[in-house]
Amino acid sequence: MLKHLYDTDCVTWSPQGKLFQVEYAMEAVKQGSICLGLKSNDFVVLCSLKRQPSELAGYQEKQFKIDDHMAIAIAGLTADARVLCKYMRTECLEYKYTYESHHPVGRLVFKVAEKSQHKTQSGAKRPYGVGLLVAGIDPNGVHLFETCPSGNYYEYKCQAIGSRSQAARTYFESWFHLFEKSTLEQLILHGLSALKKAIMEDEELNEKNVEVGILGKNQKFIHLNAQELKDYIVKLETFNANTQIQQE
Amino acid sequence: MYIPVNEVQKHFKSETPMMSNITHKSDQWSPYHDNSGTVLAIGIPGAVLVAGDTRLSNGYNILTRDATKLSQLTDKCVLATAGQYADFIALRKFLQQRLQLYEFQNEVQASTQTVAHLLSRELYSRRFFPYYTFNLLAGLDENNHGVVYGYDAIGSYDQMTYGVQGSGQELVVAVLDNQLKGYNKINKTFPQTQQEILDLILDCFSCAAERDIHTGDNVEILIITPTGTERIVKPLRKD
Repeated sequence: MLKHLYDTDCVTWSPQGKLFQVEYAMEAVKQGSICLGLKSNDFVVLCSLKRQPSELAGYQEKQFKIDDHMAIAIAGLTADARVLCKYMRTECLEYKYTYESHHPVGRLVFKVAEKSQHKTQSGAKRPYGVGLLVAGIDPNGVHLFETCPSGNYYEYKCQAIGSRSQAARTYFESWFHLFEKSTLEQLILHGLSALKKAIMEDEELNEKNVEVGILGKNQKFIHLNAQELKDYIVKLETFNANTQIQQE
Repeated sequence: MYIPVNEVQKHFKSETPMMSNITHKSDQWSPYHDNSGTVLAIGIPGAVLVAGDTRLSNGYNILTRDATKLSQLTDKCVLATAGQYADFIALRKFLQQRLQLYEFQNEVQASTQTVAHLLSRELYSRRFFPYYTFNLLAGLDENNHGVVYGYDAIGSYDQMTYGVQGSGQELVVAVLDNQLKGYNKINKTFPQTQQEILDLILDCFSCAAERDIHTGDNVEILIITPTGTERIVKPLRKD
């Protein structure tokens, strides 16, 4: 395939019906470190692995609160994520000011998707190089969405994006039928188990490189603090999804 | 020469028409309504107490007996407003939105001093169509000491240990001057505990409700401390 003939800009189709620039942008998402989300009837949990550029540096945060009822986890270009995060926050504040209620989740994801699509249909712009996992709660229920640079968005029961995310998705495929009725603690442990499948052999999960955020019907979005993360990572040693089935 | 009392009226009978025949052009529509009521705030080391009655009125009518004049803006500060209720709502909405944006950008809640200045600037931005609001901002400063900021309608503000705004202002502030500062007090004893201050606040509102027709129904008190906020509601005269 003579890709280089058709991949200069967003306004050129390939003979196979692909926009290569958009595909390349999605590649940037796959290069980002893993983040995953899963939901039950009452909670959504976001887990991410924070990358440390060097020993001297801090860890890059991957989860951002958008409003009390909504949060995102990012994979890809952090700078692009910051732009989308600011946009989502502003939209939520304006909605709250006008309607005195929380922005419906699906509607905001649609706005982000529309903004992203706009960047894929211009000769002078490039697509956003970031994928978002949007966790939110509204009167329609508990939601987890994925957005991507192409402007597509999907709703999920659980999803993982970023590098080595396939391993986490495989874990989800085996166990997602348990998530609906899981307690918050079980949900977090499932998330961390999936995360553990996706790390390299010489890496390990610790309270510095793991970020867990939880959102519930009566729970505003919060991050678990270092002590809580340590406790969960210890519980992970003895956690076995099979025991959850036996309980039910 | 002196004029006998019973001849005064005859002597000073004027050429101008009687007052009752004159119609003033006072029927013009005004964008402002005074929904009245009284608010007060007292700051002490370690806490601040804010109180407001819950009556909204319009002239001689009561609109509701159950409306709050207090709004908690951050964990550490509360806005108490007397005046026009619609402007209070608009002002509160603006501050809530602006403070959430502050929290996103700075990753920490705004300090009471910051909120105080923000409120002043917002009030002055409407210098030529003011918010008809008479505000008190009460909160804990950086040392968890209770502070009160008092405002006029266009944003002039100052820090005080206690403040009163609203229709019962004159009635109540005189009592607080006496009890908290010892003005015109013969036995200079001051309230020492939080409970004594709370009793003082309840007394002040009861006094105001006696004489001010716009104050009454219930008094709502918020106590802001470093550990959290406590809310107390007590009944007042309903007439």
